[in-house]
Amino acid sequence: MLAFLFAATAAADSCLECHSVLEGKLQAPAKAFANDIHARFGFGCADCHGGNRNETDPEAAMSKASGFVGKIPRTAIPERCAHCHSNAALMEKHKPRQRVDQMAQYRTSVHGKRLASGDAKAATCIDCHSVHDIREVKDPLSPVHPLRLPETCARCHADPAYMAGYKLPTDQFASYRKSVHWEALAKRGDLSAPSCASCHGNHGAQPPEVASVAAVCGTCHVMMEDLYKKSPHEPVFAAMGAAGCVVCHSNHEIRPPNAGMLAGPNAVCSQCQDATSKGGIAAAEMGQQIISLEMALARSDQILANAQQSGMEVSEALLRQREGRENLVKAAVAVHAFQTAAVQKPVKEGLAIAAETYQAGASALQERRTRRMGLSVSLIAIAITMLGLRLAIRSIEGRTTKA
Amino acid sequence: MASATELPQQAGWLEERLGLASIRAFLAHKTVPVHAQTLWYYFGGITLFLFVIQVVTGTLLLLYYRPSPAEAYESVQFIMTRVQFGWLIRSIHSWSANLMILSAFIHMFSVVFLRSFRRPRELTWLSGIALLGLALAFGFSGYLLPWNTISYFATKVGTDMAAAVPVIGHNLARFLRGGNDVGGATLTRFFGFHVAVLPGITTLLLLTHLALVQKHGMSSPPRAVEEYSCKGLPIPQMPFFPNFFLRELMAWYGALGVLGSLAAIFPWELGVKADPFAPAPAGIRPEWYFLAPFYTLKLIPSHVWVFEGELLGLLGFGLLALWWVALPFWAVNRQGVERTRWVTGAGVALLAYLTAFSALGYWR
Repeated sequence: MLAFLFAATAAADSCLECHSVLEGKLQAPAKAFANDIHARFGFGCADCHGGNRNETDPEAAMSKASGFVGKIPRTAIPERCAHCHSNAALMEKHKPRQRVDQMAQYRTSVHGKRLASGDAKAATCIDCHSVHDIREVKDPLSPVHPLRLPETCARCHADPAYMAGYKLPTDQFASYRKSVHWEALAKRGDLSAPSCASCHGNHGAQPPEVASVAAVCGTCHVMMEDLYKKSPHEPVFAAMGAAGCVVCHSNHEIRPPNAGMLAGPNAVCSQCQDATSKGGIAAAEMGQQIISLEMALARSDQILANAQQSGMEVSEALLRQREGRENLVKAAVAVHAFQTAAVQKPVKEGLAIAAETYQAGASALQERRTRRMGLSVSLIAIAITMLGLRLAIRSIEGRTTKA
Repeated sequence: MASATELPQQAGWLEERLGLASIRAFLAHKTVPVHAQTLWYYFGGITLFLFVIQVVTGTLLLLYYRPSPAEAYESVQFIMTRVQFGWLIRSIHSWSANLMILSAFIHMFSVVFLRSFRRPRELTWLSGIALLGLALAFGFSGYLLPWNTISYFATKVGTDMAAAVPVIGHNLARFLRGGNDVGGATLTRFFGFHVAVLPGITTLLLLTHLALVQKHGMSSPPRAVEEYSCKGLPIPQMPFFPNFFLRELMAWYGALGVLGSLAAIFPWELGVKADPFAPAPAGIRPEWYFLAPFYTLKLIPSHVWVFEGELLGLLGFGLLALWWVALPFWAVNRQGVERTRWVTGAGVALLAYLTAFSALGYWR
């Protein structure tokens, strides 16, 4: 009991005690700090702002002699955070698996460079992680939690007034919200789906250079990158100074790919290739192949759904259908080789599966007809037997009545 | 022309060895009362007929079924897609199980409303109720055997309820599951119950029930007896063989027609293979005959005063079941006067509860 009381007394923080009874801006940090990850590990106000937390006299607690620095200038914030976060020995004690190179990365980032050049508007640690209520990245309330990160970046990057003078567009967030990546992240809750930091980096944030776009996309889309690098497009785009994947897929507003990107009025290939050129014909052919597989799989889906609704057992065919869809994905990947033969192989395999599953669906429906026919015959036989029994009963009971 | 009970001359060989004359004599004397409610007598026979179908189709399914988590689902899938008429056998097995339980319930309520449980038929009533309990146990154990998602999670819910029983709950749940959770051991165990333990007990009890029915004969409803006695007549009787037997045969054919139609038009679904690591899908509910208690338990708050809601619910069901089983003993007061209104009221209330709560459990 005594030990507990002693410990409780020793843990008292005069900064929090005084500020929590103040009002407005002076009280807010003390109230917010209860949720801060640093509070959980025993850190207090004095660890960032200096001063003496054990001193009850405000003058003495916030005296220069006690190392009090008060509000930290924006340009000094990264160094202040790095004081601990770049200290491997200290971080080892509290968060042994956390990296300690954030400051080194930050110095290479556009934000870091601008801040070093005296631009106080450039983002520092607290602009993304917040201040006084800093939470772990995995905490859904943290502004850098994967689901909240795009909004956090957008606070500055989607604000035309704030970004004025940087010659940067402010529509990235609006574009990103139309993308397949946003859909995966926000609608399907897939925390591994890419957001701003996945492509631009977090502490070392900067736009990917034209030459490295394919490598950035290739971090996740490995096979596409591999095929693209061996394709005839790679040297051409490099010579043109075109940013690889972005040429066809755009950057922030990446829509789900479809066969229409290869052929038809909205084809991206037609931006460079004439329809009658060798490349234009190849693109149309690849598009046609993919469309034919899509249609064949859709036809099988329909007949299998019809059979399933009738209670027919078609789960094996549905499983095969999945393999057919995998071939469709393989064909879409193979497009990045920009050779019709590469697309043809998975399409051919997929079409064979689709034909097989369609046949399974047709057989199931035929089986359903046979079953119903068999049922009709059986019901007629049962009805005739029942009628026979009825007549037999009448005959027996008629004889008994006469007797 | 030979009479219906006369044995053809060629059957003399059998007569000498089996003594069929005594059976003939029994059949010649056995009669069935004829009155406005005779129709309800057929449901006992229909339940028996569906049980025989269960035994036959179950035996055929046994030829292919494999009771292990790795193979159970696939073996049922094999039966339904590869085995000639396997789909029909499996569908008939599943549908006849449900129709058998429905028919058993109709039979039970007809016995209540026609007062057939009265002295000296108390043991017939008790053996019949035990048979209904066994039919429900067949349904519960058989439901898990295809090892699909719905059956897996419904069994989890069902065995969780068993765990809530006071004092023995934990051990009862462990006994049913063969471990702490529903898994391979549960499947093997349920298979054992379904194809060996329950059929063994059911056969013995069924023979007892039938023997008691033969001993005491068919009960005539008091109201019908009264109507005829007012006219100074005994209640009319129909020979069991062949008159009633042929009618029963017609009922069986009718049941077969309904069963075949259901199996062919609505084949029993196989669903998706159970994944013990996947979260329980929404809308998990047991078979229709467990829906009323399931829905009632859902309605009871988690805590009622100092008691756990589920525990209170199970206690209530236990007392209700005990009261229902003891029906022949409280249906007559100490002076020997029948509590007719009480019995009818209890029957109507129970029927209304089961119908309403099963419907609510299904639609909500």
